[in-house]
Amino acid sequence: MKKLCKKAYFYFILIFLYAPILTLVVFSFNDAKSRGKWGGFSLRWYKELFHNSQIMDALVTTIVLALLAAFISTVIGTVAALALHKSGTRLRKSMINLTYLPMLNSDIVTGVSLMLLFTFFHLDLGFVTLLLSHITFCIPYVILSVMPKLYGMNQSVFEAALDLGASQLQAYKKIVLPDILPGIISGFLMSITLSIDDFVISFFNTGNGVKNISILVYTSKTGVKPENYALSSIMFGAVLILLLIINIKEKKKSTEVNY
Amino acid sequence: MSNHIIDLQGIDKSFGDTRVLENFSLYIRENEFITLLGPSGCGKTTILRIIGGFEQPDAGKVLYKGADIASVPPNKRNFNTVFQKYSLFPHMNIFENVAFGLRIKKMPEVEIRKKVSRALEIVNLPGFEERYPDSLSGGQQQRVAIARAIVCEPEVLLFDEPLGALDLKLRQGMQHELKKLREALGITFVYVTHDQEEALTMSDTIVVMSNGEIQQIGTPVDIYNEPKNRFVARFIGESNIVEGVMHEDFHVRFAEHEFTCVDGGFEKEEKVDVVIRPEDIKIVPKGEGMLSGVVKSVYFKGVHYEMQVQTGETDWMVQSTLMEEAGKEVGISIFPNDIHIMKKTRV
Repeated sequence: MKKLCKKAYFYFILIFLYAPILTLVVFSFNDAKSRGKWGGFSLRWYKELFHNSQIMDALVTTIVLALLAAFISTVIGTVAALALHKSGTRLRKSMINLTYLPMLNSDIVTGVSLMLLFTFFHLDLGFVTLLLSHITFCIPYVILSVMPKLYGMNQSVFEAALDLGASQLQAYKKIVLPDILPGIISGFLMSITLSIDDFVISFFNTGNGVKNISILVYTSKTGVKPENYALSSIMFGAVLILLLIINIKEKKKSTEVNY
Repeated sequence: MSNHIIDLQGIDKSFGDTRVLENFSLYIRENEFITLLGPSGCGKTTILRIIGGFEQPDAGKVLYKGADIASVPPNKRNFNTVFQKYSLFPHMNIFENVAFGLRIKKMPEVEIRKKVSRALEIVNLPGFEERYPDSLSGGQQQRVAIARAIVCEPEVLLFDEPLGALDLKLRQGMQHELKKLREALGITFVYVTHDQEEALTMSDTIVVMSNGEIQQIGTPVDIYNEPKNRFVARFIGESNIVEGVMHEDFHVRFAEHEFTCVDGGFEKEEKVDVVIRPEDIKIVPKGEGMLSGVVKSVYFKGVHYEMQVQTGETDWMVQSTLMEEAGKEVGISIFPNDIHIMKKTRV
């Protein structure tokens, strides 16, 4: 009985988490325009989605923006983490706290303050400012995911590389980077997700008609249309596949090591 | 002078406000197995790291065959280090770990293969090339670390407490292997440890250190039999240290008794410290021997019994393969050869 309860509880949580997404996916294939009635299976909304140039433009913007922001913030964040790791305790502690502050800050404060800064420097709001703002809010997350890997590393490994004749640069490239790579990758993926997700900060820092998906959907005068179900389903599928790839890779790696 | 491979001259080193070394000097001869021995915080690891190039001395010279190398970075020194925590590269297999130094030197692949398998043979790990570090035991990892260091054919091999993380049995096995390795390679070993047994077993020369200062330098036998002061006597092996008075050469008084000894060269009536190793005290039947006392406690230690014997005001630690009952009245006898007199150290 106790076992049964445990199982039921587990499935209840699963249903609670995934029922909304499942509904979304199902209704993306609904032939009817209604939100409540099933009008038969069709790919109608997927077709319309791909023919809607507004949505397609926004999708491209979102993907390019996410990849660029994630890549740049990963580079900056990783280098920052390496420098922080090497610096003295006092400087490191205050710097880490300073980088964590923006994460706790509400998006609206970050968004408005960035907008004010850009306006102050007479930067035209558009793709560049959008990118800059995304890089800004991604960097702390990269630092946060790289730092623990640096601390988990055996500290004398770096010295061992120097001892064996490697220069500092070679030691970083051949020893430190491969060791902290999982942290870097997870920082990169987290940045992509954050960038795709963000609305508030993007909203204040874009202009010239540059729109990502969230801005397009939130500011749409016609409300949420069935094309959006299709789009959301595709995005969910993409994330799911990404997650599966990462998991399979991790599993393969752990079985390789423990023979 | 000519056979000194490393000369440390007047080294000062501080970390923040803590002065670790002050005017420290030491020379290391070519092809010797020298051990820096001392409690943690005595500065022994700092010296090793200065030799390895991982720390810069604040003042003083580090000479390698007569040339100052204080500012040469570790990757440009022909020394290799075996670290305390193995420090293998976790994402590389054993072959790549050992080959690392050779790859940096851009050695041809054929030669790398030859040298790596030779090095793995020397440390008794042939066939481990494809394994990863975390699938190896502590002892095996340490051997890989040694193979990785010797494959570069250094002139000096530095060891920073390499056996500290291993269990007793493994440690003893590795001690013999290291000693054999040194004989086979014929290079200089500089070894840092806080374990006196390790130091006694392997070294040609032991440097006993405390608070950044050398207390005594000598062969293991010298250090054990003729400790220079209280610190060395206490740190190396177990010992009874009592206060005594040197009446004249070869005559000393301690524990309210006159003894004959073999030491001389002291002032008349000079106060001294007397060292007697626990295995050198003989328990004899009551009434015989030089002192008489009572057995206070007995502990079984495996090879021997360790007994506490009180004579008057003095407690003696005695080690013997024969057991005496606690509470028994016994006599104690000490031979002149086993009495070692040390000058009082200023405290």
